[in-house]
Amino acid sequence: MAGGIALATTGLAGRVRADLPPGTLESALRDSLPGKQPLIKRSFRPPNYESPVEVFNDVITPNDRFFVRWHLSNIPRIDAGSWRLVVGGDGAERGFELTLEALKRDFEPVELVAVCQCAGNRRGLSDPHVPGVQWGSGAMGNARWKGVRLKDILARAELKKEAVEIAFNGGDRGPLDATPVFSKSIPAWKALDENTMLAYEMNGAPLPHWNGFPARIVVPGWAATYWMKQVSGIRALSQPLTSFWMNTAYRIPKGKFPIIDRFTSQESDTSTPITEIPVNSLITNIANGARFASGQSIAVKGIAWDGGYGIAGVEVSLDEGHSWQSAVPGENYGRYSFRAWEYRFSPQAAGGMTVMARASNVRGTSQPSELIFNAPGYHNNVVQKIAIDIA
Amino acid sequence: MNTKARFGWMLIGAGVAIAAHGGEMPVKLAPGEHAALVQSRCATCHSLDYIVMNSTFLSRTAWEGEVRKMMKIMGAPVPESDVAPIVDYLTQNYGVK
Repeated sequence: MAGGIALATTGLAGRVRADLPPGTLESALRDSLPGKQPLIKRSFRPPNYESPVEVFNDVITPNDRFFVRWHLSNIPRIDAGSWRLVVGGDGAERGFELTLEALKRDFEPVELVAVCQCAGNRRGLSDPHVPGVQWGSGAMGNARWKGVRLKDILARAELKKEAVEIAFNGGDRGPLDATPVFSKSIPAWKALDENTMLAYEMNGAPLPHWNGFPARIVVPGWAATYWMKQVSGIRALSQPLTSFWMNTAYRIPKGKFPIIDRFTSQESDTSTPITEIPVNSLITNIANGARFASGQSIAVKGIAWDGGYGIAGVEVSLDEGHSWQSAVPGENYGRYSFRAWEYRFSPQAAGGMTVMARASNVRGTSQPSELIFNAPGYHNNVVQKIAIDIA
Repeated sequence: MNTKARFGWMLIGAGVAIAAHGGEMPVKLAPGEHAALVQSRCATCHSLDYIVMNSTFLSRTAWEGEVRKMMKIMGAPVPESDVAPIVDYLTQNYGVK
């Protein structure tokens, strides 16, 4: 339990809020859901568990260490044999049903490595704090997804030209009938992107129950709120989806983030649905307060990612951001994947030191040095600052 | 303990039994007036670590906003007469310090 609390605070100090709220630290513990390694428990019911930062020393996040996030607590155990996917909607010419076997048999399988990141990842580090699940840095993961292109499924449904959005139904339900069912939609153009898929495998294995078995939507580059789990329905809509989860939740103020992808059918005068993941990075191998010896060669390791434009580079600063040096990039798993990086240095003098990392993408967008604050606590990509001691 | 509070304690057992998986451990709220009421009203739908996790940074107004969100949006069947005592308890025990 103590380990979970210590790790939950790893990695942010100084100008960036260093601490999760006191109650978050108090209620966090290392806990294993069935089939999972111990993760950091944020809430039991519905289950919300994040990966400890050290998990991200591997570019691919193992299935049993992949974060778990549910809005509603009644999560059915889906039987693969009786599962059916219902495709239709008023924006499609013809509806049909698929078994899991037919889904795998009738459509061309595709694979893609992509980051799945909760829109509220790092919410717990927001300054000031804002209500919600108080995530640290681990409400994300990077996996090799295998499934079928959503556009291939939609082609069989014969989309009408009036189709503006594609909506998804999932399996989870609230404990009360009055609780709104979780449903999401994406713009038709994004649903028809060749990289958007309905995945049935993750890292070469069936999706874990907690990550959406038997099939989930994968929207590479976009926040995980759209990556509907336990998908049972795909509906083409001629009108924008109306639901709490679209109209109220998962929205950001217009113009606040350097976002390219727009979801115009759901925009209001002042706010817009979350879309692409902003450029970000994480130092994965050094915790706040770590001690080193002067003259020792120190490797700073981490990952960087963005909304699918591609990481152009990561820079590291050891002097409060006055000067920046390029980190060495690791293997490239594609533009939607985490990109590993490493930077080595040998401190010559004893004393305190800060380590910062800043990623930039190919569009020339970098992480901000000040948090882009928003009330729901989404898209926290402020530059990290880790304090270390050189003895 | 008044009738409402006793009723609340009975519901706590029901709330815990709803656990979606075997791993849920009981979350103990700070003792205080209306603690039982808060447990009974909130634990029906979610574990009580949601309360502890969201502390201690919410004002009374913010806690009331959360309670009303649960009622209006999530459909929590909380009578209006329970709102003030629930918000009192949350503010006093889990409010901004």
